[in-house]
Amino acid sequence: MSATTTPSRPGKPILEFERAVVRFAGDSGDGMQVTGSQFTTTSALIGNDVATFPDFPAEIRAPAGTLPGVSGFQIQFGSVDVHTPGDAPDVLVAMNPAALKANLRDLQDGATIVANKNAFNPAGLKKAGYEQNPLEDGSLAKFRVIEVPLSDLTREALKDSPLDPASVDRCKNFFALGIMFWLYDRPLDPTYTWIRAKFKGKQVLIDANELALRQGYYFAETAEIFTAHYAIKPASHLPPGEYRQISGNEAIALGLVTAARKAGIDLFYGSYPITPASDVLHALSRYKAHGVKTFQAEDEIAAVGAAIGASFAGALGVTGTSGPGVALKAEAIGLAVMTELPLVVVNVQRAGPSTGMPTKTEQADLLQAMFGRNGECPVGIVAPATPAECFTLTVEAARLALTHMVPVFILSDGYLANGAEPWRLPDPDAIAPITPRFVTSSDGPFRPYAHDPETLSRPWALPGTPGLEHRLGGLEKWDGTGNISYDPDNHHHMVALRAAKIERMQVPPAEVMGPAEGDLLVLGWGGTFGALRTAVEQVQREDGAAVSLCHLRYLNPFPPDLGEVLGRFKRVLVPELNLGQLWTMVRARYAVPAVKYSKVKGRPFQVAEVVARLREELAQARAEVARG
Amino acid sequence: MAESTLPKKLTRKDFVSDQEVRWCPGCGDYAILAAIQKVMPELGVPREKTVFVSGIGCSSRFPYYMNTYGFHTIHGRAPTFATGIKCARPDLTVWLVTGDGDGLSIGGNHLLHLLRRNVDIKVLLFNNRIYGLTKGQYSPTSEQGKKTKSTPMGSIERPLNPLRFAIASEATFVARTYDTDVKHMGQVFEAAARHKGIAFIEILQNCVIFNDGAFDPWINKKAKEETLAFLEHGKPITFGAGGRKGIRLRGFAPEVVTWGEGEAPPADLVVHDAHDASSAPAFLLADLEAPMVMGVLRQVEAPTYDAGLVGQIERARERAGGKADLAALFREGAETWTV
Repeated sequence: MSATTTPSRPGKPILEFERAVVRFAGDSGDGMQVTGSQFTTTSALIGNDVATFPDFPAEIRAPAGTLPGVSGFQIQFGSVDVHTPGDAPDVLVAMNPAALKANLRDLQDGATIVANKNAFNPAGLKKAGYEQNPLEDGSLAKFRVIEVPLSDLTREALKDSPLDPASVDRCKNFFALGIMFWLYDRPLDPTYTWIRAKFKGKQVLIDANELALRQGYYFAETAEIFTAHYAIKPASHLPPGEYRQISGNEAIALGLVTAARKAGIDLFYGSYPITPASDVLHALSRYKAHGVKTFQAEDEIAAVGAAIGASFAGALGVTGTSGPGVALKAEAIGLAVMTELPLVVVNVQRAGPSTGMPTKTEQADLLQAMFGRNGECPVGIVAPATPAECFTLTVEAARLALTHMVPVFILSDGYLANGAEPWRLPDPDAIAPITPRFVTSSDGPFRPYAHDPETLSRPWALPGTPGLEHRLGGLEKWDGTGNISYDPDNHHHMVALRAAKIERMQVPPAEVMGPAEGDLLVLGWGGTFGALRTAVEQVQREDGAAVSLCHLRYLNPFPPDLGEVLGRFKRVLVPELNLGQLWTMVRARYAVPAVKYSKVKGRPFQVAEVVARLREELAQARAEVARG
Repeated sequence: MAESTLPKKLTRKDFVSDQEVRWCPGCGDYAILAAIQKVMPELGVPREKTVFVSGIGCSSRFPYYMNTYGFHTIHGRAPTFATGIKCARPDLTVWLVTGDGDGLSIGGNHLLHLLRRNVDIKVLLFNNRIYGLTKGQYSPTSEQGKKTKSTPMGSIERPLNPLRFAIASEATFVARTYDTDVKHMGQVFEAAARHKGIAFIEILQNCVIFNDGAFDPWINKKAKEETLAFLEHGKPITFGAGGRKGIRLRGFAPEVVTWGEGEAPPADLVVHDAHDASSAPAFLLADLEAPMVMGVLRQVEAPTYDAGLVGQIERARERAGGKADLAALFREGAETWTV
């Protein structure tokens, strides 16, 4: 903590905790995402492990003060392993009555609520649908409520600022952030740095925001509202190295650039803006110095078409979208399968069907990725488990696509896309090169469909290469020459060959966390990892139960030993944010009596609900044994 | 084998692939293919640097018959694949083959945006005013009242004029030619190839099976002297016997003016200016049905999308001053800390 810019602390004791969960909630115009991000950055910079969950409405500015307009940002930070943003906030910062109402059900007894008292006026209460003021009617008795006149205090702090009243009011989020920084003993410097960069050249705004932040900090320290504050020491379990904070979408963008570089080719990213995938396009469009070409297409189909065209021309063609976009791209993905061109399809899943709930998370596009095209049309599928893992699995997805000349899906989701965690910067030289099967000459007539006996990939002959002129298309190909063929036996053979290409992919064996065999195996995939791991570890620790977690990163093909792993457990539970899609796949593939555990609410699993379900499963397993 | 085909003078045969051409006997597509194969050697572009891209439809089989790189894609989407190819590899010469159904119906949106962006691609739109491959339904250019398998009582839709579509979409090169005039096709194709930017060519093409004679009123040998006007930049638009008919404007309305043998043409004949900054004259020409104009209606200069894309990358690289390795990328825009 800097002595120059952070005030000294008189008096109040510091209590140490291993972890804490804070949620900032307010109007979507209140700057809650910025506030949460700043709290996260500061916590990461002082060495805490962090995990975040931004939760915002699809409307850009829903009517102020109403429930649909509430935007939230939750962070869990700790000196120990943090795998989720936490189930229930220890502290809820509620900027208005709607923010309180929308978040109240997530609070446990004894939680602290910091409420902006000024916003609990008749108009604000009415918009939120409160008939009485919850700060006064005793309904919050189970909680520790700290009423702070945030609007008044911010105005008072900025009374000498030349800013207009509306702009002054917009600084109250930093006043609230100052309070939280004092409460959790964090430095102000990183936020000062951010403010100075953000408002560069606008000194009035820099002064006002810094002052609001500092006055919030002083206020918390001085006013008799908190009896103590809390310290969370740096995390000691993180391996040594240089770290940054990273969201899933940022990690995908970095992974794509890395993969193209490792293959020695250009990256071409075709995309049409869609929540929650647009940030991948935004990030990549800033990486032009790295040779990245981004194309904001006229629609989803054009985005994938251009990506496949770029692949034909020798680039790493990538398209990114969410489920509705994948639906539109289906026919073109089939063409990439037929023409055996590399393609990476990023699906940042959101709640569906149709437009669904665009800003809410879900993992209900697994079967769409598997089967959502005409004909027998197999693709590779990977699913990162954490925001940082979006980097490594993106590189691996591109490796598989380029090695086998096939489309490969990356199934991320809204939770991973916007959530952030510390990421240890990898050594670029330690990432294995990617070696596509380029050809530059041919003995005799060129055979564009002469398949490699191992990978089954066909040779990639780039336009511009003399002598290798050839034509591709969506009509069935004769194996070898690539000429159009309606021969029945050849078609059967080619369908099998395209399927075999996926099965030939080299993917790592299934990783089992916990005992290698036992009573219960939890089989998960994608963004539920943090909650499943935390829950499984808790049940292992507290109940001494023989429960393990197998979290799949590769969904097509499955890890080669998955069937064997499933067979080593008496019971298999498949928790998913869908109605049982992986469950359907493993039952069909391995004929195991797996049990499904579905949640489809647009929200991630909470650790406590998973723990409860695991205990139920274990009890049932014991009962079955007792019955013999 | 690895030698460029450029140094030796190529011939038409170098551009003929080993695939058997499978259009219906008498189809206009044969003549268009022959005209393209004939003009290719004149362009000085090596065979391997040429890519033909198509969608779906009779015309879209075209790439299979060209001994260049080729991509027969999906219905209506050829502009998107072509855009990706040209953006990834601006050194390639990209031709796009489409039809009135592929380009103006299922793929209308993509064609609009391809033209608007001015990607350096040459578009050949075969207009036969019918769906051929699906066996004879009306198309977006079929005349109103057209009786087809799907419109037994006649089509109730109003047709689209492909040239007006292209001009409205801000295409920088817009031309029309027709399948029975190999020489004119060759001239137009060559002019398109030499244009820097998008080039859109409507080719009136006869479908002998489902819409035979659709353009006969204009292009049959006996009538065409009176029904077609061939455009030449900088020259008055004339046609008819002895070239003694011209176009002049009354307000915004064009009218045909005739003068006698040995007489001087009227002084107020419309002189064709393909480079006019305004697209209004080209619209007027596109609309004419008596006579119908052939040739280059509009050719203006504008920056191309592909050059803009590459230019931004070059500028970003200069600004980065060579500090664009992966290690730098991982830190870009982020605060880091060490454990």
